[in-house]
Amino acid sequence: MSIELLAFYFFAFFAVLGALLVISLRNPVHAVLSLVLTFFSMASIWMLLRAEFLALVLIVVYVGAVMVLFLFVVMMLDIKVAAAREGFIRYLPVGIGVAAVMLAEMVALLGVRAMHVAPPPSAAVMGGQANVVWIGRALYTEYLLPFELAAMILTVGIVAAVALTLRRRPGVRHQDAARQVAVSAHERVRLVSMPAERGGNGAQP
Amino acid sequence: MSWNDLINVLPELYLTGSICVLLLFDAFAGARYRNAMHWLSMLVLIVTALLVVAAQRVGPATAFSGMYINDALAGLLKLFSILAVALVFVFASPYLRMRKLAAGEFHTLALFALLGIMMLVSAGNLVMIYLGLEMLTLSSYALVALDRDSPRATEAAMKYFVLGAMASGLLLYGMSMIYGATGTLSLAGIGATLPMSPHYMLAVFGVVFVLAGIAFKFGAAPFHMWLPDVYEGSPTAVTLFVASAPKLAAVGMALRLLDLGGGLHPLFPYWQDMLAVLAVASLAIGSLVAIVQSNLKRMLAYSTIGHMGYLLIGLCAGTSFGAAASVFYAIAYVLMSTAAFGVILALARTGFEADQIEDLRGLNQRSPWLAGLMALAMFSLAGVPPLFGFWAKLLVLQAAIQANLLWLAIVGAVAAIISLFYYLRVVKVMYFDSPAEDRTLIATSDASLRWVLSLNALALLALGVFQGPLLDWCLRGITG
Repeated sequence: MSIELLAFYFFAFFAVLGALLVISLRNPVHAVLSLVLTFFSMASIWMLLRAEFLALVLIVVYVGAVMVLFLFVVMMLDIKVAAAREGFIRYLPVGIGVAAVMLAEMVALLGVRAMHVAPPPSAAVMGGQANVVWIGRALYTEYLLPFELAAMILTVGIVAAVALTLRRRPGVRHQDAARQVAVSAHERVRLVSMPAERGGNGAQP
Repeated sequence: MSWNDLINVLPELYLTGSICVLLLFDAFAGARYRNAMHWLSMLVLIVTALLVVAAQRVGPATAFSGMYINDALAGLLKLFSILAVALVFVFASPYLRMRKLAAGEFHTLALFALLGIMMLVSAGNLVMIYLGLEMLTLSSYALVALDRDSPRATEAAMKYFVLGAMASGLLLYGMSMIYGATGTLSLAGIGATLPMSPHYMLAVFGVVFVLAGIAFKFGAAPFHMWLPDVYEGSPTAVTLFVASAPKLAAVGMALRLLDLGGGLHPLFPYWQDMLAVLAVASLAIGSLVAIVQSNLKRMLAYSTIGHMGYLLIGLCAGTSFGAAASVFYAIAYVLMSTAAFGVILALARTGFEADQIEDLRGLNQRSPWLAGLMALAMFSLAGVPPLFGFWAKLLVLQAAIQANLLWLAIVGAVAAIISLFYYLRVVKVMYFDSPAEDRTLIATSDASLRWVLSLNALALLALGVFQGPLLDWCLRGITG
């Protein structure tokens, strides 16, 4: 057993463990943290496949930005977890049964040996260039059309989010940045001359 | 990328640019120009259709290194999708105005969905299929949820979204297996390398997952659970959209993936049986469960499931005649469902959806013309000769018999007879029941809706009598 295979099993174990924890942990914050573990293990596996760029992007974008955002959202929401999980134990045996049968079928049909993936492209195949170069070249030449289409899909996402959440309700207190900036000193503070008050606290004659 | 590439995708490029302009127009023009949004969208559709026709002259060709296929089938499906979206805009316009739904977003999201459809039916690569499909479904989820104050619509959108995301995941998983077996994402490449692939069984696994994804998009049983809820829960204008153009996209996607020589065609013996099971299940559920429905939109949803069963029979045959028959069926279904939902939209007004079968009681006495149009749509959906729906059914059954699938054709014929019952019930309610006293049915006064709806329903008769040219066009689309 080579060291690469050992490393693969190590990372794969934690990836699967993290995925299981995501769906079984009671505390949503813990679940998000296990998702981070899954992503990190997957990034390590990609690193083993010599896809360094994708591995780093996964960590920077998903773990660094998306998951932190997720964590904020989960912490802000007041989720009652227990109610959503009531049926879980009841359905668990059936779920496990179905999953076991599916797994058995897959293993039987494919044979364990056939599941071995082709070896990663060696440096010679890649022409000695970093895989950022390869990804960039493929994205902007052969995959240009899908790349642009993906950009349009993101636009749809924005339009849908705005259409579903933006409400113009009357009587809502908005901040108007333009008016805030344009305000002049005399609008802000009004000096009123008042006669000085006689006496005060603890100044009894 | 060359000029040739750009000329081939010109319709899509134009549509993309116009959507962006329309988005800005809607954001800055304000509520006074809502009607302008409608007419501008129609203009965009007309120009896109003209560009599709023009692009056909360049083809058949592939562009962007095989990502995009410009052939007769793509042209046919695109033109009818544009027609369907135009019908949706005309029929939905009074409804959106009365309900004060966000008309601007409705138009832009529907056009985005159309862009997804056009990319999907032209896809020459698994990546393009997936992205086109996501574009279509993402816009559809948002459209279903557009009526934010209705809990039913929100529930429907949620169900649609969760199940749709699951189906997309299955599809993607299957695609990754096929990629693992063949080492290529291009459909032509998959068709070429699959027969010699050492990982043949892996590809068969992939086919199972891909078929699950396709069946979900069709709404074929047992992947139909979302369909009745979405049809019933969403605003009728959106139901009309979901029931029309996306079905053409689904048949285009299925043909690109399974048939037409490339793609997964080498695995035909495997997927033929699976499709036959899906078809029989859809026919059974579609014809039996629809009988007990009292909601008209829900009944039409189950009828859709049944119709998708017929469409799958055509695909099952695996011949080019069968493929042409299923394209013909998809076009027929789209025109029939726009007519049926158009009548519901013509009767709906503020606070009254006209979506119960009981609501149509005595429609003939109130508005004989609308009742006649609805009867035409119902007879056509049921497959009564000489209407459009009859020829569609006849062609798929004929294709099944030619492919030695006599039992499948018999199942289809039996299902057609059972489903006749619930279509005729609508006709009976309209013509032989007396109108309810508490409610008066008032037909819409919107002139363009009345005229276009009449044309749509009469087209069912006209295309039934002169079905030849359309069938020739479908056959040309398949054989190239």
